[in-house]
Amino acid sequence: MRELLLILVPLAGAALAVVWPSERTRPWLMPAVGAVHTVLALWLLVDPPQVSPGVWFGFDPIARAVLPAVSILFLACAAYGVSYLRIRTERPNRVFVATLLAILGLLSAGHQARHLGMLWITTEAVTLTAVPLLHFNNTSRAFEATWKYLLVGGTGIALSLLGSFCLGYASVRGGGNGDLTFVALTAQGPLLSRPWVLIAWVFLLVGYGTKMGLAPMHTWKPDAYGEAPSIVGAMLAGGVTTVAFTALLRVRAVITAAGEGQAADRTLLAIGLFSMLVAVLFLLGTRDFKRMLAYSSVEHMGILVIGAALGPAGMWAAFFHVWSNSLTKGALFLSAGNIRRAAGARTVDEVRGMSSVTPQSAAIFVAGMFAVTACPPFGPFFSELRIVRAAIDTGHIAATAMFLGCLLFAFFGLTRLVFSVVDGRPRAVQKAEGRRIKEKAGVIIPPLVLMGISLWLGLATPQVLRGAWTDAVAQLFPTP
Amino acid sequence: MNSSLNLLIGLAMGLNLLALGGSRVPQVIRAVAVQGIVLGVLPLLLEHDFAWMVALVSVVTVLVKGFLIPGLLHRAMRAAKIEREIDPFIGFVPSLLLGAGGTIAAVAAARMLPLLPEHAGTLLVPGALASIFTGFILLIGRAKAISQVCGYLILENGIYLFGLLLIHSTPLLVESGILLDLTVGVFVIGIIVDRIQRAFDSLDTRKLTVLRE
Repeated sequence: MRELLLILVPLAGAALAVVWPSERTRPWLMPAVGAVHTVLALWLLVDPPQVSPGVWFGFDPIARAVLPAVSILFLACAAYGVSYLRIRTERPNRVFVATLLAILGLLSAGHQARHLGMLWITTEAVTLTAVPLLHFNNTSRAFEATWKYLLVGGTGIALSLLGSFCLGYASVRGGGNGDLTFVALTAQGPLLSRPWVLIAWVFLLVGYGTKMGLAPMHTWKPDAYGEAPSIVGAMLAGGVTTVAFTALLRVRAVITAAGEGQAADRTLLAIGLFSMLVAVLFLLGTRDFKRMLAYSSVEHMGILVIGAALGPAGMWAAFFHVWSNSLTKGALFLSAGNIRRAAGARTVDEVRGMSSVTPQSAAIFVAGMFAVTACPPFGPFFSELRIVRAAIDTGHIAATAMFLGCLLFAFFGLTRLVFSVVDGRPRAVQKAEGRRIKEKAGVIIPPLVLMGISLWLGLATPQVLRGAWTDAVAQLFPTP
Repeated sequence: MNSSLNLLIGLAMGLNLLALGGSRVPQVIRAVAVQGIVLGVLPLLLEHDFAWMVALVSVVTVLVKGFLIPGLLHRAMRAAKIEREIDPFIGFVPSLLLGAGGTIAAVAAARMLPLLPEHAGTLLVPGALASIFTGFILLIGRAKAISQVCGYLILENGIYLFGLLLIHSTPLLVESGILLDLTVGVFVIGIIVDRIQRAFDSLDTRKLTVLRE
């Protein structure tokens, strides 16, 4: 019952936001719902419920290992959102608040979906619901980004539906009775029709990979992250992509049960390394610090699927990385939003010296940059270290070398951009703008808290989380 | 039953080629609309005895794919004063040839896939593959947003055809959920086409090039 509340409370909050009369008080619904959601998610994390095998939605170990991170990220974004919407009073916030809350509910449903069809429906609903958020700024650039997001995202969704159909057909062809829960599909295992399983994997990988933003299906990402408000970017990068990742993990378990696990892992490794490579090339080239975050997200999605391809140890590290990446990316997006607002521009040609205009945001931004490029002692360092160890243990030496090379060049790309934004003497325009926009506690504390959690995850990963990740790995690699 | 089914799917495959070869936008929209109606009727043919859910799915499909969406597209087209697809990325003759080749390949590929005995004699799988391929050609090969949306719709039609393979075995809840989601997706696209044209006064996606590296 508690797990259904995770879905229903945000959806009810969204409905309430639609009818809420006051523009000024409406944004407070977001942190209120976010707080309830976080409390529920943490309670479920500590005290997981029994999941009966046949249910369509359930707080199973995979949901337990990932969903609380999304919940915490949302709470931070929601708290930031109250201050943000107070700055942006010229834009009506009814649709914004309602859709953001609806996305939280749908994300909770997607993470808990134990049925192939339900998984697809919830992820598609998330994609479509995010559309109004992307053109919140109502500029022609935002519309262009929305258009690309819809066309690329829509095609990805269509292909993942096709993949789901193929997997369903594999089950029916193998004598299944049309039960499309993951439990039933995994139980059918080797009876699934092999050619259809492979076709299904290709389409599902491309489809959900589009949603995750794996290269070469990442083309919507820089535009969407660049043009959307930074809370939306943070939720897309930390919440929406993880639901696609868990979708891939659930599907991968079925493919493995059907006896094609090696093919699945090999494709995951290849597409992960390719994503890192593409992301690094763009990171070295881009001059826009919000688009930089998008390419960094592509890189980290690559790291996630590489981890998932490396057996149980790698999978454990991938769950760790979901947490460290989501929370660190959240801090980066939110502080980047502060800098972008104060600077009034987003390319290195126009912005410099932000450490003297917005000192606190710039400090968080720099710390977040070091965290996300895997500098100790933040979370991503430890999760990526475990992925490297898993890669060496499973004998993927060439892949490890490439992985480390990409990390190094990503570090060059990110530091180049971040320091040219932060260092130097501010331009006169930005000085004036910076005096006008003060760094209020409401926009500083949320990213600071996220950085703190990232640091805590790195230094002392809580035992309950370690246990949750181990359980999730056990669900994905059942011992016969 | 199979012969009438195959006749309708064959018609849908012909409409694919019509959409590929048409340079006038209204013609492409009409091809998509007729294809939507044809596909909407199919579930009724597949079902041996009358079922309310299937009938409902069928009627909604015909209404949405055959009338509502084409209507939206027509309105957007008139508002933006677009009659012709000029200077596409992939020319009309090459895309027609590609589509024809793809259709033949789809028939050949369907023979190699392991199918259930009741599906082996139908054109469901070849029709689905050919439509998906056609959709991709239009998505990649056309410059106007409306033509790209048409491509997306044909791609969706192909997936819908494939879904019909499972209409007996998967719970109808999933089927209707899928239908609902497709409707919502296309609806949003309709809105975006509407908004985009207000912002750009033209539906040429070539002009959407501010955002690039």
